[in-house]
Amino acid sequence: MRQALPNLISVYPELLMAVGAMVLLLAGVIRKTPSIDRLSRLSVLLLLGTLLVLWLLFFRLEGRVVTFNGLFVMDAFGLFMKTLVLFGSIAAILISGPYLKEKQISNYEYPILIVLATLGMMMMISANDFMSLYLGLELQSLCLYVLAAINRDRQRSSEAGLKYFVLGALSSGLLLYGISLIYGFAGSTSFDALALAFADGAPTGVVVGIVFVVAGLAFKISAVPFHMWTPDVYEGAPTPVAAFFAAAPKVAAMALVLRVLFGSFPELDEVWRQIIVLLSVLSMTLGAFVAIVQTNIKRLMAYSSIGHIGYALIGVAAGTEMGVQGVLIYMAIYMTMTLGAFVCILNMRSRDGMSEQISDLAGLSERDPMMALALAILMFSLAGIPLLAGFFGKLYVFLAAVNAGLYTLAVFGVVTSVVAAYYYVRIVKIMYFDKPVVTFERPESKSLSMVLTITAAVNSPLSFILIGPLVQWAAVAAGALVP
Amino acid sequence: MIAALAFYMFAGLAIFAGLMVVVSRNPVHSVLFLILAFFNAAGLFVLLGAEFLAMILIIVYVGAVAVLFLFVVMMLDIDFSELRQGFQQYLPLGGLVGMIVLGELLLVLASGLGRPEMVRIPGSGAVRIAQDVENTAAMGQVLFTDYIYLFQAAGMILLVSMIGAIVLAHRTRPGVKKQIIADQVARTPAESIELIKVETGKGVKM
Amino acid sequence: MLSEYFPILVFIAIAIAMSLAFIGAAVLIARQNPDQEKTSTYECGFEAIDSAHIRFDVRFYLVAILFIIFDLEVAFLFPWAVALGDIGLYGFFSMVLFLAILTVGFIYEWRKGALEWE
Repeated sequence: MRQALPNLISVYPELLMAVGAMVLLLAGVIRKTPSIDRLSRLSVLLLLGTLLVLWLLFFRLEGRVVTFNGLFVMDAFGLFMKTLVLFGSIAAILISGPYLKEKQISNYEYPILIVLATLGMMMMISANDFMSLYLGLELQSLCLYVLAAINRDRQRSSEAGLKYFVLGALSSGLLLYGISLIYGFAGSTSFDALALAFADGAPTGVVVGIVFVVAGLAFKISAVPFHMWTPDVYEGAPTPVAAFFAAAPKVAAMALVLRVLFGSFPELDEVWRQIIVLLSVLSMTLGAFVAIVQTNIKRLMAYSSIGHIGYALIGVAAGTEMGVQGVLIYMAIYMTMTLGAFVCILNMRSRDGMSEQISDLAGLSERDPMMALALAILMFSLAGIPLLAGFFGKLYVFLAAVNAGLYTLAVFGVVTSVVAAYYYVRIVKIMYFDKPVVTFERPESKSLSMVLTITAAVNSPLSFILIGPLVQWAAVAAGALVP
Repeated sequence: MIAALAFYMFAGLAIFAGLMVVVSRNPVHSVLFLILAFFNAAGLFVLLGAEFLAMILIIVYVGAVAVLFLFVVMMLDIDFSELRQGFQQYLPLGGLVGMIVLGELLLVLASGLGRPEMVRIPGSGAVRIAQDVENTAAMGQVLFTDYIYLFQAAGMILLVSMIGAIVLAHRTRPGVKKQIIADQVARTPAESIELIKVETGKGVKM
Repeated sequence: MLSEYFPILVFIAIAIAMSLAFIGAAVLIARQNPDQEKTSTYECGFEAIDSAHIRFDVRFYLVAILFIIFDLEVAFLFPWAVALGDIGLYGFFSMVLFLAILTVGFIYEWRKGALEWE
């Protein structure tokens, strides 16, 4: 049996990351006392290099390239999502330094695990088969479990890791169960083959399989009712890890949802739409109402991320190219907002150590006007106040829903975002109108300030300039996914 | 006929063992019943002609995973009778969820029985294998060539699990003295012997 | 093909029959006159006071999980060895690459001291 080498050119970014991560691992272990700072810098360089290769490659490839016997696909959609994920991971490594020093976490594996998790996410985004989807997902998840528990001497961190692991394993089980049902009925796990097989209807078994697959994926994007792990894990995990969880893996998991639903079951939209609508409505409601009573800002961000996933799912429910475009825009904007908000949380350091209480933000506008302004912009953007980036994200998904005839869902989204605006605006009120109680000493870190400045700037009214290109690019990416 | 008898024996024992895993009071017994369940599943695989999977189930699951389970059960100092206290309380809800899943499965079964041919895929991407090849060889023929991407991804996952296990469970103990043979061999008289002139009545300062 | 397993089946049947016979014989033939002292656990003349569970050190866990990982690696070698004649150089180097990835892990373990029992 003679075998030809598969087309490797479209996996160059992944190859570079895999080899780079192994080289970094060896470079770290060969030294007696490896410096986490240096390895973090090298990891950022590796991710930037991957980004460069990804873009150079894309100009050479034309359209959609499928390789490795149909297991791996590279297209404009993949380029969009991978770029987002890489930016999210780079930011996560950049903002980790001061926190790790403060908490004396000296595992130099930390940045390497982030790189390997990113590799898993890239594999997820490029999956064109349930088997490659699952392996990418597991590669990512394993790294994330370890990252959540990396501060292993602190009980809360290990608890977060364990909770995440148990529920993550359960969701993987659900996913695998659904995949095996679908495979049993179709005889193939390839997305392309499934799309052909179910072009005109599907037996009940496949419908049950799709339900299980969507449930498994809903765990990963933490949509209600599969969200239970999110607040505990965000609260217990080290803050930069929580920031990473809220950014890159969410984007990658959302890419999976889109790939699976639009790639393998495009004709069964009547089947999956009702599940997605339910997930969306529940997530928006819970995100809006439960967040109001939170006192810990990391938990608040967890419920906020649940709510935002609900809004993004509106676009998925629309089931149209415009809906996908809305989801892509939403995820890009959501990532900048949430990363910026987490940088502010990392900056909440008083003399007694890191603070996570919302009440400690009181009077921030007098003590640290720049940070207060940045956080205010981010909070208004998260609330979806017009003129800021978050508004455009919501606008495009709501428009898509209206165009698809999902009026109730769009109205529901508007109502819950008004409710959710309450707690975002409350934070701004606390910062600007309450009497100060604690003085923060922001950690001396250029990278923290840089990430905060960039995220606040793109969410400020400057977003008017950036939203045009983003919409264009998202349209190209969505066009590659929805034929 | 014998194959059918063997099937009912393996299947019956597997269900019994699976039930015992859940209901036995002692967690160590649960793990041992789990091992019995694995053995019976391996037997079922043999009946299906999937010898490779059967042997892997025994080598990996019985030989390694179950042993790890035993370690973990023994490592945790948990009063398991305390853990069971909520059992009565959660039974109705848990039972309801279980019944719903069972209902769904029956629904799948019913819909599958009606369409034994399932769905035919035009130009399916599945890899075709000759019928007369043994299943170990058949796996080998596709796993390392057609599915090389998945194979290497599995390698990366194993690498991550090594890193994860060491990051979370390994610690270097301070103050442990080890024999380092290389250091012993490399010792020279110059660095280990010191000649001191002892003056009368003064002693030696170390 | 299943007929190849017939000797194993016979073996299992004999094993079951013999073990049942021994247990049954013990129940039927032996004289039984139990009392509390006879049936209690014997532990060097002391009362058995504690459960037999002892807590294992977490280091056992690390050794076990590293064993599982290499066990899985070996599991991949079986089909490779059987099919090596058919898959040629491509398949050969595919496995070499896989082993290289795990060798990176092995070097990491070694240098970290995870293979030493302090």
